[in-house]
Amino acid sequence: MNLDLKIWRQKNSRDKGKFVKYELSDVSPKMSFPEMLDSLNKKLIESGDSPVAFDHDCREGICGTCSLYINGKPHGPNEKTTTCQLYIREFKDRETIIIEPWRGKAFPVIKDLIVDRNALDKITAAGGFISVNTGSAPDANAILVKKENADEAFDAASCIGCGACVAACKNSSAMLFVAAKVSQLALFPQGKVEGKRRAKNMIAKMDELGFGSCTNTGACEAECPKGITLGHIARLNREFLK
Amino acid sequence: MMELVLVEGKARGIITRNLITGEIEKHSAHTIVLATGGYGTVYYLSTLAAGSNVSATWKAHKKGAFFGNPSFVQIHPTSIPVLNEYQSKLTLMSESLRNDGRIWVPAHKRNMKPPNEIPEEERDYYLERRYPAFGNLVPRDVASRAAKERCDAGYGVGDTGLSVYLDFKDAIKKQGKDAIAAKYGNLFEMYEKITGINSYEIPMRIYPAGHYTMGGLWVDYNLMTTISGLYAIGESNFSDHGANRLGASSLMQCAGDGYFILPYTIGDYLADDIKTPKIPTDTPEFKEAKEAVKDKINKLITINGKQTVTSFHKRLGKILWDYCGISRNEEGLKIAMGQIDELQEEFRKDVKVPGSLDELNQELEKAGRVVDFIELAKLMCADALDRKESCGAHFREESQTPGGEAQRDDENYAYVAAWEYQGDSKPHKLYKEELKFEKVELKVRSYE
Repeated sequence: MNLDLKIWRQKNSRDKGKFVKYELSDVSPKMSFPEMLDSLNKKLIESGDSPVAFDHDCREGICGTCSLYINGKPHGPNEKTTTCQLYIREFKDRETIIIEPWRGKAFPVIKDLIVDRNALDKITAAGGFISVNTGSAPDANAILVKKENADEAFDAASCIGCGACVAACKNSSAMLFVAAKVSQLALFPQGKVEGKRRAKNMIAKMDELGFGSCTNTGACEAECPKGITLGHIARLNREFLK
Repeated sequence: MMELVLVEGKARGIITRNLITGEIEKHSAHTIVLATGGYGTVYYLSTLAAGSNVSATWKAHKKGAFFGNPSFVQIHPTSIPVLNEYQSKLTLMSESLRNDGRIWVPAHKRNMKPPNEIPEEERDYYLERRYPAFGNLVPRDVASRAAKERCDAGYGVGDTGLSVYLDFKDAIKKQGKDAIAAKYGNLFEMYEKITGINSYEIPMRIYPAGHYTMGGLWVDYNLMTTISGLYAIGESNFSDHGANRLGASSLMQCAGDGYFILPYTIGDYLADDIKTPKIPTDTPEFKEAKEAVKDKINKLITINGKQTVTSFHKRLGKILWDYCGISRNEEGLKIAMGQIDELQEEFRKDVKVPGSLDELNQELEKAGRVVDFIELAKLMCADALDRKESCGAHFREESQTPGGEAQRDDENYAYVAAWEYQGDSKPHKLYKEELKFEKVELKVRSYE
C-alpha cells in the first residue's frame, strides 16, 4: 500500500520546525509503525536526505521510549497500544498520516520527533523509590499484602513512563504518571516508610519542571497505552494530603 | 561509552559522546561498573531492544578485559516469527505458554492448509514424539534445535516455512477458555495486537529467536573483570549460567549481582582508595582517549558510501544466524569468518552515515554499535570453532549422539574460554579456566 505522510521536522531545539510531506510506496500492512518509518528513513538516507529522528527501543510496548502523536492521538488510533505496537494494517491505502512529537512545555523538542523527557526521570528521582540497604539479606517482612492491593499495585506498576498522559492533557500535567509511581509504592508496607514525603516531593518537582495542574479532564486515562486509571490520581491526592 | 580510560593499570574513567550535542566528554571515577546488558542484537533480529549493543563491554575488552565464552548465546524457542522484510526485532512470547500449548507441525511437507483444517492424524507433535518424558517442557536449547530441525527439513508453516504451531485447542477444551484467559490473557492480547490473529481460535505461529547471551566479560567471584577496578554485572558478564540459562535467571542474576554481591565486594576495592582524591581528567591518558574517540567517529562520518548502517547490520545478523546460531559446524564457521571479514571491508569503504557530529545523530550511534558487533561476531565464530563439542546452547553438528542430542567432551573441553584481545590484525589469545568438579558429578541431560 501507499501512504502520504506529514511529518514534523525540526533541526534542533532552536529551530522553528515545520511539517514536511513524504510519499511512501510499497508499505506492507504487516509493518509496525516504527518499521514503516525505518523504510522511509532508508529511502531518505540513500537519496542523501536527512532521516527522521524518532525515539524507539524495545519495539514491543514495554519500555516507554516510543512517543509519536499519530493523527492527533498519542500512540495513534488504537486503545491500549503503543506506537511500536501499532501496525500499518490499521491504516487505509493512500491515507494521510500526520506524525508529531509529544507536546508539552516540560518536553522540549530535541530534533524532529524526539523530545526531552528527562523531566519524568527527575520526578522519579524526587520520590518514586523506596530506600533499602543492599549488600546483605533484606529485612524480614511478615506483613501480608491483600491480593486486591497487589493487583492494584501491579496495575499502577504497568506505567512505562512514556509521557502520553502529558501529551494528551490540555494542561500538560504529569499527574497520571506521578499517580502511577506513587500508587505502586503506597500500596505496599515497604512504600509506607517514606510515604509522607513521597507524594509531596514528587508533586513539587512536577510543578517546578513546568508541568500543568490537574483539572480532572481524563484525557490521560483515555490515551494511556497501559490503561492506568484516574483512580490512581485519587490515591495520589489522598497521599498528598496525609 | 566510547572508550575506557586506564590510569596506571586501573580503570579510572570513560569517554562518552553526548547524544544531544555530540560533544565528546571525559568522566573519571575511582571504580567503574558496567551493567550494560547482553549482545543478542548482534543477530540484528533478536528479542532485545533496538538500542542494545556490546559497545561498552567490547571497548573494555579491547583495553584488557577478557571475554568469556562469547559463542554461548541462548536462542529462545517461542518468539513471533518474521512478518515482513523490514522486521526490526522478534517479540518474545512468554515461555509459560509451553505449560499449556502443544507444539506441532504438519506431518506432510509444505502443507499449506489452514491449521484448524489439519486433522490430528496429520499432525506431528514433534517435541512430545522425541522427548516423551518432558514433551513440550524441554529446555529452550532443545526446543529451539527441534524447531529448526523440522523447518530445515521442510515441515515448517507460514509463508516463509520458518515457523511452527503453538496450539491451545486441547488446553481450552480441557480447562475452558476462561481458565486459559486468566493465565495468558495478556499474552494472547499482545499476540493479536502484533499479528492480528486470535489465538484462542487459531494456533499461534512461533519460531526461535536470538535472546540472552551467556557469554560476556570474564569476572572473578567479586565481579571484577581482568582490569583492576572494572566490574561487570548482569548480562554483561559471562558468569552464573555456563553454557545454558533457564527462564527468569537473568532477573535472578541482576538481583544477585546488583543487590547482594557487588555492594558487598566493591567496598573492599574502594577501601584501598579511601585516601585517593578525585581522579583528574586533564591527564594524558584521558586526553589521548578523547582524541582517539574523535578520530574514530570522524572516520565513520566521512566514509560517505552508499549503503545504510542497518543494511550492514542485517547482513551481519544473517551470517551469524546461519552459521553461528542454533547449530554450528566447522565448515560453516570458517565460511562465516570469511564473510564477516569481507563485510567489514565493505563497511569501511561503503557505509553511509548522514548528518554531522555536533547534533543528535541516530545513524552515527548505530554505526558505532555495528563496528563493535562486527568485531564481536568474528570472536563468536572463533570461540565456536575452538570448542569442538556440544555443550548447552552451543551445538556442534560434529558432536552429537546418534539420536541427535548434544554430546559433550568433558575430558577436553571442561573449561571457560577466556579470550584476550591482541590487536586488530592478530587472533585473540585463549586462556582456559579449567572447571574442576569436586563435589558434583558431571552428568548428561536426557529428556526422553
